[in-house]
Amino acid sequence: MPDVAVRAVELGKIYRIGERQSYQTVRDVVAAAARSRLRRLSRRSGAAPGAGPSTRGEWVWALEDVSFELGEGEALGIIGRNGAGKSTLLKILSRITEPTKGFADISGRVGALLEVGTGFHPELTGRENITLNGAILGMRRAEIDRKFDDIVSFAGVERFIDTPVKRYSTGMHARLAFAVAAHLEPDILIVDEVLAVGDAAFQKRCMGKMGDAARSGRTVLFVSHNMAAIESLCSRAIWLEGGRTVADGAPAEVISRYLGTCLSVLNEHVWPEPELAPGNERVRIRRAQVRPEGGDPSDQITVATPFVIEFEYWNMRADAHLNLSLHVYNEQGVIVFNAVPTEEAVWQRRPFPRGLFRDTCHVPGHLLNDGVHRIELLVVEDLSRVIHRMEDVLVFEVRDADESRDGWYERRVGAVRPRLAWETEHLIAVDAAARRDG
Amino acid sequence: MDQTTPARRTTVTVRPSSGWVSMRSRELWDYRELFYFLTWRDIKVRYKQTAFGAAWAVLQPFLTMVVFSLFFGSLAGISSGDVPYPVFAFAALVPWTFFATAVALAANSLVEQERILAKVYFPRLIVPAAAVLACLVDLAIAFVVLLGMMLVYGIVPSAAIVTLPFFVMFAAATALAVGLWLSALNVQYRDVRYVIPFLVQLWLFASPVAYPSSLVPEPWDALYGLNPMAGVIEGFRWALLGEAPPPGPMLAVSVAATAALLVGGLLYFRRMERSFADVV
Repeated sequence: MPDVAVRAVELGKIYRIGERQSYQTVRDVVAAAARSRLRRLSRRSGAAPGAGPSTRGEWVWALEDVSFELGEGEALGIIGRNGAGKSTLLKILSRITEPTKGFADISGRVGALLEVGTGFHPELTGRENITLNGAILGMRRAEIDRKFDDIVSFAGVERFIDTPVKRYSTGMHARLAFAVAAHLEPDILIVDEVLAVGDAAFQKRCMGKMGDAARSGRTVLFVSHNMAAIESLCSRAIWLEGGRTVADGAPAEVISRYLGTCLSVLNEHVWPEPELAPGNERVRIRRAQVRPEGGDPSDQITVATPFVIEFEYWNMRADAHLNLSLHVYNEQGVIVFNAVPTEEAVWQRRPFPRGLFRDTCHVPGHLLNDGVHRIELLVVEDLSRVIHRMEDVLVFEVRDADESRDGWYERRVGAVRPRLAWETEHLIAVDAAARRDG
Repeated sequence: MDQTTPARRTTVTVRPSSGWVSMRSRELWDYRELFYFLTWRDIKVRYKQTAFGAAWAVLQPFLTMVVFSLFFGSLAGISSGDVPYPVFAFAALVPWTFFATAVALAANSLVEQERILAKVYFPRLIVPAAAVLACLVDLAIAFVVLLGMMLVYGIVPSAAIVTLPFFVMFAAATALAVGLWLSALNVQYRDVRYVIPFLVQLWLFASPVAYPSSLVPEPWDALYGLNPMAGVIEGFRWALLGEAPPPGPMLAVSVAATAALLVGGLLYFRRMERSFADVV
């Protein structure tokens, strides 16, 4: 039975709007005091930091009523939009700032990585910065000495260890900073988006380190916008919105709910009344839908999922020669493909009677790259005339799939992401050939 | 703690604190290594960035002493008692320069390290305290020069020199007390930054650096001790140069003033500390 490592009870934090940036001058304070006195005279004051809705007067609850219990060894991912309160939560748990209400019990040594390289001084050498940064992060001196060589080789800066870090390249600086952080071994590790440093190869090593921490029974709290990272590292996820917990549960589930609201995804559209439906006197659209093969429109589509694009439409005129044409766009506005029913066997090149028709286009898995895609619908008559056109009739997201990433955390480039057959053959063994010749 | 020992798992409760908070001296002790490293960094960085390095620690009080000797000692003819004026002035400038530098560095320390404050937790008290402590290196260097001057002028310190460590601590406590107030205020009100040079300048003339405190007439000299630097400086002179009467009531008043400033500064600092990360 694991012990509780973090217990947060109704944590709340109120900020004055803009407070974080605005230190004051005495003049401001005097002016504000005068203003508030005037305001109090003119009406009853309403801008008090009381409970209630998220915004009231000049005060904002950056975090409100957040409660959870985290067992020892659990890895919690925290997701949400910018300003949802993720960083505030981490700052409270790492004691940088105090909650306005509620409390949290934290048992064990906390290591907080809210930024890589905190306290790095450009004038000091790599060696000196490792010591200093380690101490700032909460390492004991003996611990730093013991891990020193590992840190240096992890960062790959052996040759420059006695050079002031102001002469380091950005990459070296980031690697050294992360290397120190990665060797922190607290009971509870709090990490905020520090993976956004270095090149892909270094990122991979960082993720490996994070994974090690999570697997070795350390309690981890991890804020990231990288859903794939959260899903593969965390055993649980919390979704914050406007300072409140919206969902708490298995990462895959929480993430898909989050992404569902995050993008203006439009996986299904129904127009029950033909008179109000988009179209004209020749054709009216009734329903548009994109869903995984054998699933529902609300189910998620990953790069590996085969899915269908389906349209139902009323043909208003007898003996019309109609066909649909779909343009699938990616986020860059590139048409990834154009689908037309050339493979359709029954109604191709036959005149349509009046009535309701349904076209289903089957898209195989391992075709599209991840990202948001938009579908433009064209209704074509006689293979040449576009009689109706709808932009963005469907918007859907293809998500990155954990299994197809293979340790690569950068986005794969390209409009498509096919899985291709590939062979590598060892044709000539140079060592053996040399031996034969000699 | 070493991760091989299944360390003591202390539970910390994070909750809103209200009013005046405790000193949490136990926690300060836990962070002693960070205190040491920040002091070490402050010393290292200060001497690395400057071309003259440690020479600044000497040059500044030395040149001031030359100017003071010329204008106050020779031209204005201020009496320095039995001691030659240059030694008289330099013995005061050593603690004074320490105090002035330490106060200025401590006062700006929190604001300058806002990135650390916003990203890492530790008792904030460490930051201004490390700034003050780092200045003791300057004091030590300048002190060596002072000893040299005493040698040149043939001044042999009396037994009173054993009290010198007390006066060094007294000077550091005074600098810390003022530094705590100013650094916490500086986070909240950035005008403090502009006030500091002016404040230090005024304070210099209100302290017995260029003149002896005996210029202050009899019933007022104890009151003069309300400026704790008066006690510090006269204490330094007495301990080193062996001027006849040990500073009595004035020193007592100075110690009391520093104690009051320090306790008040600690309380104020602790009270403001929790909002530093939000405001800085």
